[in-house]
This record gives sequence, structure tokens and C-alpha cells, in this order.
Amino acid sequence: MKNITKLWIGLGIMGLLTPLGLLATGDAWGEWGSEAFKDMVGFVPKGLERFSDFFSAPFADYTISGTGDVSGYIISAFSGMLLVILLTWTVGKIFTHNDE
Amino acid sequence: MHIPDGYLSPQTCAVMYAAAAPFWYTAAKKLKKNLSSKMVPLLSVFSAFSFVIMMFNAPVPGGTTAHATGGVLIAIILGPWAAVMGVSAALFIQALFFGDGGILAFGANVFNMAVILPFVGYWIYKLTAGSSGPGSSRQWLGAALGGYVGINMAALAAAIEFGLQPLLFHTANGTPLYCPYNISQAVPAMLFAHMTVAGIAEGLVTAGVLVFLKKSMPEVLAAT
Repeated sequence: MKNITKLWIGLGIMGLLTPLGLLATGDAWGEWGSEAFKDMVGFVPKGLERFSDFFSAPFADYTISGTGDVSGYIISAFSGMLLVILLTWTVGKIFTHNDE
Repeated sequence: MHIPDGYLSPQTCAVMYAAAAPFWYTAAKKLKKNLSSKMVPLLSVFSAFSFVIMMFNAPVPGGTTAHATGGVLIAIILGPWAAVMGVSAALFIQALFFGDGGILAFGANVFNMAVILPFVGYWIYKLTAGSSGPGSSRQWLGAALGGYVGINMAALAAAIEFGLQPLLFHTANGTPLYCPYNISQAVPAMLFAHMTVAGIAEGLVTAGVLVFLKKSMPEVLAAT
């Protein structure tokens, strides 16, 4: 594969620009927290309440405790990209063929 | 479109894991056969791109938000099976570390965004572009249409999964146990957000990045 430095730089620029994604307020449809259902339909469905906290992610909603919304979002973007790269690099090396 | 835990019943989640599993298995076999290890850095770059583009939430009229996924782009550059792997990896990191999409609902999210989205987008792209050469207007159109239709079909699948919950899983008196919105509420809401905003974003991202690659890094497209 030829030099893809430009693409890595592009990822870095995108990481720095991610706070633009914070400008839009509100949740995506169907991604509300369980409490929101009290206002929307008047009750929190039992099963939804039971399983909504099945797992607590360490950096929920791309926030990092001790940092601000914007800096936490940027740190989340870069650490998330790094984790995705590590995962796809490892899995990719296993599930591709070597034709050097 | 990242379904959180609690919206789908455990039974639905199990069915969706079962629906996603054969695609992971086949992706692993297909990539072993068809993808060279030299392409792994490119797969990593575009998987990370998929992760980060999903952080760019755009406002949807009515107070919700939506975003592009980059899944159709991976399918066009590296093939739909590479997109299954790349988008699944992005979704996995999102669920595990950032709580974006549930762990129980991970199979459903993979089926919608890492299977339906790249495959539908890729087919539309292929149908539109036909055998026209790289850089032709039919290719850009195919990429834009593929992105638009692919993400909308994924949103439709998610809406059906949401909408079946009150029908299938409720208490004796009919009170919903999980997602309380039925098909006639979930489908229009999801399609509205994706037809007006996310579909256009996905189409622009898919065609835009292809134009950029064609203009400034044609060797990337030639290598695929």
C-alpha cells in the first residue's frame, strides 16, 4: 500500500473538529435515557428500566470526568479512534492473507 | 441509530446477535481469501473514520439529532465484507467505552449499521455506476445514492426492531415492557431523521471522500 499519511492527517483534523457535533442539542430518536419516558409517554417501561443500566460504559456520552464537554469530546475522539485502529489492525492482520 | 440497552427485549437481542453472527463469520472467511494484509492500514484508517464521523451529530427538525456512518464509503473502497468488519469494530468500541449503543443491543446495531447499511449502499452504488470508469459522474452519483439509501434502509430496520417491541412484549394489560413506540410511530420518525439529514450527510461523505481520493490520492482507489 502506498503512502497514506494524508489520510492519517485527515483523521487528526476530524478529531479536532468533533466538538462541532456538540452544537446539535437533543438525542437521536430512540436513544433517550430511561427517565425521558416519564415525560414522553407518562411512564418508564419496566423492562426498559431494568435493562437500560445493564452495562455502564466508562466514558458514557463521550464525556471524561475531570474534563470539560469540549475537551472530553476531543479526548474521546482520539482515544476512540486509537482503540478502533488497534482493534481493526489486530483483527485485520489475522483475517487477511499475507502476499509479500 | 445506536439502539441502547433496554429498548429491545432480551429475546430480540438474542435473535439479532444470531442474525449478525453469520455475517461476521463470512466476513472473516472472505477477507482471509480476498484482502491482502497490505490493505490493513487502509481498513484501520477508514474504520477510525467511521468511528469519528458518527460523533458529528447534526440537528434534525423536531429536536432530535442524526449522523453519517461512513459505512458505505468503506464498502465502496474495500468491499462490503471489509465494511462489516470495520463498522462492527467502530460500534464495539462505541458500546464498550462510550455507551453509544447497548451491549445487549450490539448484535442489532451491527446488523443495521454494519450489515444492511454497507451492503445496500454497495449494491446501489454498483447498480448506478455500472461499468463506468473511476471518476465518472455515474460513480459519484452512485456513491451519493448508495450512502443515502444505505443509511435509510438501516434506519428502517432499526425502526422495525423498535416498533415490534410493544406488539410482542407487553404486560397482561398491554403496557409495553420495552420500546413503547409501535411501527407506525417508529418508522416515520426514523425515516424522517434519515431522509432529511443523515441520508444527505452519508451521501455527501461517501461521494465527497471518493472525489478527494480520486483527485489527490488516486493510488488508494487503484489499489482496491
